[in-house]
Amino acid sequence: MNDIMANPLVRALVYMIGLIAFAGLNAAYLVWCERKGAARIQRRTGPCEVGWAGLLQPLADGLKLMTKQLLVPDGVDAALFRLAPILAMLPGMVSLAVVPFSDTLQAREMELSALLIFAFASIGMLCVLLGGWASGNKFAIISSARAVSQNLAYEIPMLLTLITIAFISGSLNLRDIALEQQGNVFHWNLFRLEGWHIITMWISFIIFFICSIAETNRAPFDLAEAESELVAGYMTEYSSMGYGLFMMAEYINIVVGACLTTVLFLGGWGCPFGLAPGWWWFALKIYLLIFTIIWVRWTYPRTQIYRLLNLSWKVMIPFSLVNLLITAGLVKFL
Amino acid sequence: MTMSGYWRDIFVGAKSLITGLCITGREFFRPVVTELYPYEVPTLPARFRGHIELIGNDETGEPNCVVCGMCQRACPSGCIALSGEKAPSGKGRVLTSYMLDFTTCSLCGSCVESCNFNALRFSREYNRVAFDRSAFQLDLMARLKEQNLKEQNQCKP
Repeated sequence: MNDIMANPLVRALVYMIGLIAFAGLNAAYLVWCERKGAARIQRRTGPCEVGWAGLLQPLADGLKLMTKQLLVPDGVDAALFRLAPILAMLPGMVSLAVVPFSDTLQAREMELSALLIFAFASIGMLCVLLGGWASGNKFAIISSARAVSQNLAYEIPMLLTLITIAFISGSLNLRDIALEQQGNVFHWNLFRLEGWHIITMWISFIIFFICSIAETNRAPFDLAEAESELVAGYMTEYSSMGYGLFMMAEYINIVVGACLTTVLFLGGWGCPFGLAPGWWWFALKIYLLIFTIIWVRWTYPRTQIYRLLNLSWKVMIPFSLVNLLITAGLVKFL
Repeated sequence: MTMSGYWRDIFVGAKSLITGLCITGREFFRPVVTELYPYEVPTLPARFRGHIELIGNDETGEPNCVVCGMCQRACPSGCIALSGEKAPSGKGRVLTSYMLDFTTCSLCGSCVESCNFNALRFSREYNRVAFDRSAFQLDLMARLKEQNLKEQNQCKP
């Protein structure tokens, strides 16, 4: 078995299939989780007709979307219009390739893997812009303009908090960052006692978490698809799997965001008590984070666009800058 | 904005956000209130108004109605049509047919209110649907027979 896996081609193929399956299944079943979670918060039952507890609902929805016609309306840029949803899926998938799920489970180790995920997240936003522009629909264009300004505003505090992590770990390699946090909960970046980092890291964590919600266009920051104002935003003109792919991209981005938060702050695949580290802890952490994201979505109403930008430029960025200075001081003098 | 206002906004805002999360978190673990309609029989409120039905005499099962026609007169939509004949005993009248046109009934309850002989009440039927208007021309005499049968069946065991 090991001999076969040593072959780089086989390895690449196995990881490719695995990651696509992981991303696809997550995208499908997070919709189910989201609907169930929303239902429970509103004291409803959620999907319960198709399969046990509605577990086959995502398959039914997928089938329905696939059998529909992909309408390309008059006046759209047909090539870009078709390309945008496919491109939107890619960044999330590529980002998963550098995520270290455990000590031995990582598709590709890279020196600047943290930066790579951020680079691809920006490309994802570009696809939203592409879709909105190609639609030639005023709602879609307003929506994509919003998405871009939002992405721009929230990438800055996110990267600033990433720098604090880089200071502590001395690396932008996700695997190194996770390896460095092994041990019990007080070795995690979030609760790091060593070097008194616990003083600043919880602020970093909160900023990072809020930014990751904003970056993935999730409520309460889902200004780009504000149904009450913009119909469905950049997805307005999309039908069938065009819409489906955008939807899947959103959920894959959530998974990537949760993976990144886990690796950067929550000790990657480490156990909180220092026992039996492995991918199962990683899975537990990302799904807890995803649950929190769902919980947040069904708690808060959508903000307004200027409040969203104010929150970033007036609160997040100053806080993350000061946080960066304090962390630098701690790293230098302690 | 003043500097103190800035800090107050952040702290008050954060507190309200956490309060919100606590509320939804609590609701998450409370029991579901959904009624799974076709699979579950809903618990109807005590004063639920279905279409009207006749009340049968406790012993004989015959309608309590004396064919005074007050319900017919009280009905603002004219959806009640009833007829009776002289009773075989020679005293009073007995009901021979009682037709309710449920398509125009607004469930105002004037008929039930106007009845002085305890002969009318609201049924508990909540899911009467059909593709055809004729399904709502209800023969309440026939319905009373069914009611009596049902009652008998319930009494037997």
